[in-house]
Amino acid sequence: MATISQRTTTTDAGAARERHLPGEEGTWVFILGDMTVFAVFFATYLYYRGQQRELFESSQRELVQAFGVINTLLLLTSSLCVALGMRAVRRRLAGAPTLAAPRLFGGALACGLGFSVMKFVEYGGKLAAGITPATNNFFMYYFILTGLHFFHLILGMAVLLYLIRSARRPTLDARQFAFVEGGACFWHMVDLIWIVLFPLLYLVK
Amino acid sequence: MMSRAWAGPVRDRVTAVWALLVAATLLSFWLGTDHGLSSAEARTVIILVVAFVKVRFVGLYFMELRTAPVALRALFEGWCLVVCLGLIGFYLLA
Repeated sequence: MATISQRTTTTDAGAARERHLPGEEGTWVFILGDMTVFAVFFATYLYYRGQQRELFESSQRELVQAFGVINTLLLLTSSLCVALGMRAVRRRLAGAPTLAAPRLFGGALACGLGFSVMKFVEYGGKLAAGITPATNNFFMYYFILTGLHFFHLILGMAVLLYLIRSARRPTLDARQFAFVEGGACFWHMVDLIWIVLFPLLYLVK
Repeated sequence: MMSRAWAGPVRDRVTAVWALLVAATLLSFWLGTDHGLSSAEARTVIILVVAFVKVRFVGLYFMELRTAPVALRALFEGWCLVVCLGLIGFYLLA
């Protein structure tokens, strides 16, 4: 713990003493950059929606909103698991004999797998109905945006495996701890992007 | 924060935030399936605002940006505000 608190005070020199950067600076350049790329995609989608409002609305009716809601709830729950997991990691590093962290990160991974299964069912249903990215502009954006998000989710599940492994270690140095924190934030970003993507594709009328 | 005794997952603040996020999701789902207001545009604007309030909560409480260096928190909150207003603008004007 000494290494971590030392790091906190040195990285935030000048700022309030309790302020703490979760993860490495590079992780945040990546996360904020990624969020900005998605924001540009979101705006582009709404722009083209404005050009072909009727087509987008009739195509949207082909989507099953319940799939989107269930996936949102799965990702929110996974994020809660990761946030509680980080608290458990800190308690363990502070000397508490708890192994809750790997279990909580495992719970998040299970939610991620649940999301993937739902996505396969959803994509499968669309393809079986003859709907592909080539069908029209709405479905092109639907497949690109959900596909790009799904790619991040797969990366995020690999990150969760790393978190599970790290959380089992008896000690973490400051650098390892920062990687764990950064990984947790990456997973929260996967949740965050979906929170915007779900209403844009499924609910905007 | 770490020196205080931990009250367990149920009494942890992040669990309350999660419950709020779930409630907000269900509210959006309800509005998005043509309930509540008669104007589709008003419903959509509310749904978008709710989405970005949720995003902000994920950032502040799950990503722990509430206690992060001010510059990072400002960048994040700036993103939320700009993207939220930008998307509402594109929705209403495009």
